[in-house]
Amino acid sequence: MHGNTPASLLADGDHHDGASHGTVQSYLTGFALSVILTALPFALVMAGFRAAVAIPVALALGVAQMVVHLVYFLHMDRASSRSWNMAAFVFTLIILLIVVVGSLWVMYHLNVNMMPGMMPSD
Amino acid sequence: MTVHARLAFADAALVADHQVDDLHEEHHDTASITTLGFWIYLMSDCILFAALFATFSVLRHETAGGPDARVLFDLPNVAVETGCLLVSSLTYGMAMIAAERKRQTQVLAWLGVTLVLGLTFVGLEVQEFIGLIHESAGPDRSAFLSSFFTLVGTHGLHVTAGMIWMVVLMAHVLRRGLTDANMTRLMCLSLFWHFLDIVWIGVFTVVYLMGVA
Repeated sequence: MHGNTPASLLADGDHHDGASHGTVQSYLTGFALSVILTALPFALVMAGFRAAVAIPVALALGVAQMVVHLVYFLHMDRASSRSWNMAAFVFTLIILLIVVVGSLWVMYHLNVNMMPGMMPSD
Repeated sequence: MTVHARLAFADAALVADHQVDDLHEEHHDTASITTLGFWIYLMSDCILFAALFATFSVLRHETAGGPDARVLFDLPNVAVETGCLLVSSLTYGMAMIAAERKRQTQVLAWLGVTLVLGLTFVGLEVQEFIGLIHESAGPDRSAFLSSFFTLVGTHGLHVTAGMIWMVVLMAHVLRRGLTDANMTRLMCLSLFWHFLDIVWIGVFTVVYLMGVA
């Protein structure tokens, strides 16, 4: 992403101090990918696709765009995989999944068991 | 809020140390420690947003007989907001590249553009909120709307805080130039700004697109 020749030529006065920095090229690549990954789900929903199709696709593209941002804008690549940044990030991701998936799971079952008449119809 | 304040204070203290010490190695160490500390703050902020996303997801259908997402949300408006934040991420990136090349005027110009885009985003969001409240779909209408205003409003407040920080930082750069301390600050704000854009991806996907689909 940012080690290839045209990009490194742009970064004059570049000193490698551990934290990886972006280049004009890496930012533009990330931006172009993000535009595509944003436009697709918006187009899908605005064109009125069925929710059963649009929602999983939008979620998948959203996750893909988050990864694009992490790699191209926050510069999380293999170089940073050994650092504490990555450890903190992975730990956060686990907590995040427990909080979100756990809440949905528990509340779904509470709804099913306690208020069957009030379940959303989908 | 206290955690934020404490972290900001710790950050300021580290940066102050940094200005006193003139040893180059010390500079480098302090800068990476500051950046790591700020990263850990961002991760804790991430957990805060995870809780708000979980709350919203649980309550999204609890409209209490009031209007639901399909009636209320205006996707073209959300698309413009999304565009503003996305372009502002790019312009902040350009500011960082200019900073690494020590081009102070360019840094200030790119930060100015980022600021305008951020202001447009917050302006559109405030307009949307006022519109909803006028349609009597305010946060007091239903659990769905309470969780919507909390989640989206918290993100909006973060963006606003980021813009205040950006103005202060521009003043710092104007006065002192691109010193090591200012470079560390620019780096931290860069992490913050890109992080907010990532949270917004979650917001437009989970709140708006899933709501309207």
